Amino acid sequence: MSATDTSPRPQPRLLAGVRRRDVPATLEEHTACYGRLPELDVRALAAAIDESGLLGRGGGAFSAAAKLAAVRAHRGRRVVVGNGVEGEPLSLKDKLLLRSVPHLVLDGLELAATACGARDAILVVAETAPRERAAVERALHERGRAGLDRVGVVVAVAPDRFVLGEETALVAWLSGKPPKPTLAPPRPSERGVMGRPTLVHNVETLAHLALIARFGPGWFRALGSPAEPGSALVTIAGAVQRPGVIEIALGASIRDVVEGVGGATEPLGAFLVGGYFGSWLPVDAYDVPLLDAHLGPHGARLGARVLVALPARTCGLAETARVARWLAEESAGQCGPCVHGLAAVASAFERLATGDASDVPRLHRWLREIEGRGACRHPDGAARFLASALEVFSHEVELHAGGRCSGGGRAVLRTAVAA
Amino acid sequence: MSHTLRLDPIACDGRGLCAELLPELVRLDDWGYPIIEPGTVPKELEGHARRAVDACPLLALALVAERKPRVARSRA
Repeated sequence: MSATDTSPRPQPRLLAGVRRRDVPATLEEHTACYGRLPELDVRALAAAIDESGLLGRGGGAFSAAAKLAAVRAHRGRRVVVGNGVEGEPLSLKDKLLLRSVPHLVLDGLELAATACGARDAILVVAETAPRERAAVERALHERGRAGLDRVGVVVAVAPDRFVLGEETALVAWLSGKPPKPTLAPPRPSERGVMGRPTLVHNVETLAHLALIARFGPGWFRALGSPAEPGSALVTIAGAVQRPGVIEIALGASIRDVVEGVGGATEPLGAFLVGGYFGSWLPVDAYDVPLLDAHLGPHGARLGARVLVALPARTCGLAETARVARWLAEESAGQCGPCVHGLAAVASAFERLATGDASDVPRLHRWLREIEGRGACRHPDGAARFLASALEVFSHEVELHAGGRCSGGGRAVLRTAVAA
Repeated sequence: MSHTLRLDPIACDGRGLCAELLPELVRLDDWGYPIIEPGTVPKELEGHARRAVDACPLLALALVAERKPRVARSRA
């Protein structure tokens, strides 16, 4: 239980069932790899989830047991939602799971439904992910023919918006309203899809549930740290040999991830940890373990577990400015500080990127003031990311103030939706 | 019982009456939206706070009896 394995590339767990790239594992292949889903009653399942210490893998790292307890505390026809939208532009892990091991995700959805006494579930995939949708629909068909359809699953195809990572926005959209966050409370666990108590889990969280039910919480906890147990999928992008998704034991370092994909292709200047709600870290953070407990003192968190290796010759401010504009445009447009604040901040970053540093003092103030003032965490996540850029690229800020730039390398941060 | 001010940022349109009526606890950001001093409303300001709440044309501001801290929002 206390064993902390920080080997860079554990025996793959979630990815063990991946057959060939882009070819979904059939039900037969899935069962051959992981075995049958055991019949667990509600109590045994809830206990296993509790003992596993599983934290949500969508970015919020919220306790799966606490979420389950919250939805079980409310009466009514409960419903479970698997969120596979993956609006984070650089993240590819959820799409990989849906496309390659759809039965693992569907097992998890069924388990989550069983655990909270729901008879139906919704799996949400992005409209820009037709292959993932096809894989899931085929898997559901296979399960129906094999009589493994105790829980009714509806596939919902959602617009590919960053804000749908926000539970309340997803629930609003599934209830026929615009995909915008609502003020919580009431939380989805109390009043979710069509007013029903709703349990929302990221699809990777569901896939972990499928393994915990099979192999037990002790097995799950054999990797990671006691507070942040298990393995996790990381999407690595930027200047590395084989960008993509790898599975790590939580606690592996940034170095382990980079070396796990063949190493860097050129000298690195910084890392982005956690995606666009994440933080920039300087290159000397290479050996920091990927655990929130270790990233916290560096002002970072694992978030969506996207890791970007920024080449030393790429200007971090120019990269950040593009993402700042994208984040401003992804605002749901409801809260003043988010709408106006992020737009102003994006413009200031664009001026900074092109050599006008006159806004820097008020940029710092704006970033402090934006935080915590929206109905959802969009402004907070954006502000944290942008503030980390000013800190990590402070030398570059000085260069820009003097009309110079160390950049010239290729752009690495994608803001269009990942294909 | 102590009270805190709760703003609904979705409803708030930045009319700014709250900041005029309760400058001790509310200031406006560069775009005219209220920044509220965190914590409980001091007893001597409760009357002013209530007036600021009543004056909001969008009913975006509320004075709520203190309860346990909110659970962190989760992102699925």
